[in-house]
Amino acid sequence: MKGKAVTWATAILDWFLGLQIYLPIAEVALNVFLLLGLGAGVGVLSGLFGVGGGFLLTPLLIFVGVPPAVAVATQSNQVVASSVSGVLAHWARGNVDVKMGSVMLAGGMLGSSVGVLLFTLLKTLGQIDLVIAIAYVITLSGIGIMMAVESIRALRRVRKSMAPKKLHQHNWAQGLPFKMRFRKSRLYISALLPGGIGFIVGIMSALMGVGGAFLLVPAMIYLLGMATGAVIGTSLFQIIFVQAWVTFWQANTNQTVDILLALILTIGGVVGAQIGGRLGAKLPGEQLRFLMAIVILVTAGGLLYQLVAHPADLYTIVIAGGGH
Amino acid sequence: MKAVTCILALALLWVAGLRPAGAQAPLIADLDDHLIAITTGFAGADVLLFGTTDGPGDVIVVVKGPTADVEVLRKERVGGIWINRKGLGYQNVPAVYMLAASKPLDELLPEDQRAYYQMGIENIRMVPVDPRDSDSKTFAGALVHAKQKTGLFSDLPARILFIGDRLFRVNLRVPSTVPTGTYLAEVYLVRDQKVVGAQTTPLVISKIGFGADIYDFAHRHGAAYGVIAILVALFAGWMAHLAFRRR
Repeated sequence: MKGKAVTWATAILDWFLGLQIYLPIAEVALNVFLLLGLGAGVGVLSGLFGVGGGFLLTPLLIFVGVPPAVAVATQSNQVVASSVSGVLAHWARGNVDVKMGSVMLAGGMLGSSVGVLLFTLLKTLGQIDLVIAIAYVITLSGIGIMMAVESIRALRRVRKSMAPKKLHQHNWAQGLPFKMRFRKSRLYISALLPGGIGFIVGIMSALMGVGGAFLLVPAMIYLLGMATGAVIGTSLFQIIFVQAWVTFWQANTNQTVDILLALILTIGGVVGAQIGGRLGAKLPGEQLRFLMAIVILVTAGGLLYQLVAHPADLYTIVIAGGGH
Repeated sequence: MKAVTCILALALLWVAGLRPAGAQAPLIADLDDHLIAITTGFAGADVLLFGTTDGPGDVIVVVKGPTADVEVLRKERVGGIWINRKGLGYQNVPAVYMLAASKPLDELLPEDQRAYYQMGIENIRMVPVDPRDSDSKTFAGALVHAKQKTGLFSDLPARILFIGDRLFRVNLRVPSTVPTGTYLAEVYLVRDQKVVGAQTTPLVISKIGFGADIYDFAHRHGAAYGVIAILVALFAGWMAHLAFRRR
């Protein structure tokens, strides 16, 4: 009896481990459950912390064997799906500033086009992997430090019950032309500011395959001084369009978007995000945020180590006209 | 099943080899399958090469994949970070190189002959774009090393087995990472340190099935593929929203 149970268990385990799926664009066969698990794991984190999680998923995909260029481009495609499901919820609550989003979008389109061109150029120069790695080290350590500082501050604030300090506007920014009124965000500022933020984040997101919410959200709160209620919905709104644009250009110029991979990650991701959202309501937020900051900093440290340590193989082979 | 067909084929060839009409060709060889399909679960394949000779002798088989231009980049330390700095180009680099022989190569042919027929990894003629560069040899070595590491250049020749002194067969292992394209299997008959007969057989490796169609479409109609990718994502996001809205 016992022997039979063990045989069954190993047969089922074999079936799970053997369920490889060949990703047509990435040109590698990977385990379906591994990919679903990755999507779900990152989805849980994003539900917990309210960040997209793309900046964690891309390095993880590269780690399991997806070529970096495919990981980045496919991630953009997946971000479209997760942002749509996110923005619909915010739209229902009236938390999307379409005017602000559109101005940021104009900058974002321009920035991401520049980003895709840069991506193609760096790919032909053989430097794309290096630039992706450096971009990740810089942004991950930036976010990690920011999150750590913020959560420590918030933990102290809880103890002292201190009100958060209000940030005053930058003076030079008020002198800029093309002033516009953004009713929902309760702002009267130059359109160049949100446009410029969209532009810079657009470049970064095309190069790194991330939505860029982790850059947009702090910039909208601290640089623009937007009313916080509309920040997430508005950033998601503009991310959908910028990432759709990036997906299109990556597919058109680099042929690096893997629909199948994006779909599997999306399925895992949306389920994970629901679990994460529910967990987040029950768990102590600031401690978790601090832990997350540590995880991000460790990831950044690992990537940095790979850049500075003596590589196992000094040579890289690039096949002309094909390959990634 | 495969074994039966193979024996039958060998027998036929052997009979053919005995006939006076077939005796003109010193060497006849064929593959049991001229098409290797890369499908969703492709994990490499075995190809049987078999044939007959017109008398005692040794056989060497060289399988070469489609050639391409390749650039080799070397990392150097710049400001504490390892960066791809120097790059050298090589033309005519075969995607795959496999070798099989009935005896160790150096016993069969002198060095100049091996170099002429590109037998052995050290004899693959890769053409450096800039032959005067002092690092040309080092970079070529790194290229060969990288190919060996991924199993695309096999450095250990497979053993060709003779049945009697006329029939021969060898199993060629095709790794799962092979690029697609038309491959050529060159079969040489060697006697007294000389090549006395040769035959070439094509082998096509191509992607087949749903995955291949997607790949093909993505590379031919990039813009349309991009639009479809976006639509699929929009739909998936909307479905996710509907699925979780009411709970």
